[in-house]
Amino acid sequence: MTTVDRHRLSMHHSEVQVSVELQTPDMTLNLGPQHPSTHGVLRLIARVDGEVIKEVEPVIGYMHRGYEKLAEVRTYAQITTLVNRIDWVSGFANEIPFMVATERLMGLEVPERAQYIRLILTEMARISSHLVFLSSFPLELGASTPLMHALRERERVLDLLEGVTGGRFHPNFNRVGGVKPAAGAGKSEKKVAQDLPKGFLDQTRQAMQHVRDVCDDLKDLVVGNEIFMERTKGIGIIPVDKALAFGVSGPNLRASGVAFDIRKTDDYLPYSNFEFDVATGQNGDCFDRYSVRLEEVYQSSRIIDQAVDSIPSGELQAKVPRIFKVPAGEIYVRAENPKGEMGYYIVSEGGRGPYRLKIRSASFSNLSVLPWLLKGQLIPDIIAILGSLDFVLGDVDR
Amino acid sequence: MSALFDNFWALLGLKAVVAILVILNVALVIIFAELKISAHMQSRVGPYFAGGRYGWAQPLADGLKFIQKEDLVPRDADRPVFKLAPMVVLAGTVATFVIIPFSPTLVVRDLDLGVFYALAAGSVATIGVLMAGWSSANKYSLMGGLRAAAQLIAYELPLVLAVVGVVIHAGTLSMSGIVEAQAEPFFHLGQTAIHLPYIFQGQIIGFAIFFIAMLAELNRTPFDMPIAESELVMGYLTEYSGIRFTMFFLGEYAGMFAMSAIASSLFLGGYYFPGLDSGTFGPIVLMAKVGLLVFVMIWIRWTFPRLREDQLQSFAWRWLVPLSLVNLAVTATFKVVF
Repeated sequence: MTTVDRHRLSMHHSEVQVSVELQTPDMTLNLGPQHPSTHGVLRLIARVDGEVIKEVEPVIGYMHRGYEKLAEVRTYAQITTLVNRIDWVSGFANEIPFMVATERLMGLEVPERAQYIRLILTEMARISSHLVFLSSFPLELGASTPLMHALRERERVLDLLEGVTGGRFHPNFNRVGGVKPAAGAGKSEKKVAQDLPKGFLDQTRQAMQHVRDVCDDLKDLVVGNEIFMERTKGIGIIPVDKALAFGVSGPNLRASGVAFDIRKTDDYLPYSNFEFDVATGQNGDCFDRYSVRLEEVYQSSRIIDQAVDSIPSGELQAKVPRIFKVPAGEIYVRAENPKGEMGYYIVSEGGRGPYRLKIRSASFSNLSVLPWLLKGQLIPDIIAILGSLDFVLGDVDR
Repeated sequence: MSALFDNFWALLGLKAVVAILVILNVALVIIFAELKISAHMQSRVGPYFAGGRYGWAQPLADGLKFIQKEDLVPRDADRPVFKLAPMVVLAGTVATFVIIPFSPTLVVRDLDLGVFYALAAGSVATIGVLMAGWSSANKYSLMGGLRAAAQLIAYELPLVLAVVGVVIHAGTLSMSGIVEAQAEPFFHLGQTAIHLPYIFQGQIIGFAIFFIAMLAELNRTPFDMPIAESELVMGYLTEYSGIRFTMFFLGEYAGMFAMSAIASSLFLGGYYFPGLDSGTFGPIVLMAKVGLLVFVMIWIRWTFPRLREDQLQSFAWRWLVPLSLVNLAVTATFKVVF
């Protein structure tokens, strides 16, 4: 216990003695690392008075796998496997900023078709990640049925991802300078990259329709539900200044009313070719965080529909030697991942692997707001707030 | 043989055995219904293999599995209280069955204070829950138990007040008496006598209050805060396993049946249905009404999220209690005037 804590505690006790005779000791409640709703191995040490949280200390690191260190002894091509596993709910999206950073260091021009495929699959990863959130958040509030319906449609999206990349969660599909020949494309002539599987574009259009349908259902079943509103409106409000101060990003930031979307500001993928809106909330409460993500699924499906209609033909891969070295230099590339801003800071000394790789993951920064946010809340609201921040422990600990 | 039936104690024993068998079977049927209905609501198939067809033996298989489990008592637990708690819960629920009339003759004991007894016995289960929460030496269990106790205090009052309206209507506290009163013609349309249960005799608000309070008493969604898997792991059930958990589980589902049967008898006419002979069809009619209520409970459970404890309290004290008082006053006024 720090001096400040002790001071605060003693102040608190003196107040209690003045007002009431009867003192009850606070209870220390240890949520996790094994707990049904901490999304993995997050541990929260909460000091509670009845059901009111007085102080909460998140303990992270149970999932630390040392990816930044591992990256130093691997080549750029091998690191794709690692970055896949950072935020495993949207594995594909993690690869993009790393690949773009490497390509920019090398000065490579990625073929447009490869960029479009990257974009479509990234948005699919976003949809599948958001569908997990949209369905598991009601589960944390006690409604288990939305989970089944949303995951059923998510499965369609994952099937498509699997059809192209060969993996549902860990596609490992991007290559420096483009994308891998697609898994289900069948045999083709030598040295010509195999393309998307047959019927992929049509199936994608159908799947997007299904996704929109299930989102309509979620609107009726969850967002329109009185009890859901009671539980989420005005709960866990993150004001704009606090959100910016803590480095909150992604849908959590937009729910607070900041229309900041890296897809609009940066050009790591050709998002400027498509029309889509940046969903924002007003209050920054759990309800807004839910609604913003729901709207983002609609917007992502809109982007995919446009991309499927306008995908150009051409090469999948720029000319890259089999064994390549990246010129010395430093670069930071960020991307709008489903969880928020994800960035890679690469320091290259001209070798086959990076000298140092710093991973800026969205969940870590989003989670840092917790101790401030949870103070004074009720225990059931902890669960609602935790769920609404939508973090993945692999993304926190790396 | 008749001498055996004339013996009070022998008859009591027989009745008890039959009642407990019925309760167990009913609980198993409701568990199965919940498994299947929830599955279809969630676009799943549900149990499919146990027993050959439709997985009908799934609750039995689950029960057998639970019985085989090791009997665990946490080291720091208050052993006697920990072991007694599931029995109290199950006993409280089973005791409620005493006054439920399945037909004019098929009732374990038609007490003059039937309604009062049923509500009192039903609340005993909450004491068991509190015991379980307290004795488990687990913080989640403790909070679950305390939530259950807070819930009981909040909801017992509207529950009782909603029943009082019916009691004023019927002029009796006996369950059979209340059902018989609903079997009387409400009014005559020419030559035809119109029979209406109390829900259509102006007690619809009373029924709504009773049903909501019933959900809270049974710890069903949206009032399942004492268990609340996502917050309290399993609430007061966290440390229980094996046969003791089974007793809680059976108690919960038997409680669903008991409360639904009481609600049916009080508001929906119980075993009586116009045009059907109560003596023969009484049990079937009652079961159908109970089935309807149980289905609604299952439906609610798999549709709604849960409320928060303080929201439940404010809902109970600020809405349900005043509303049930108004309902009571209006009922009494009508009774005096007409």
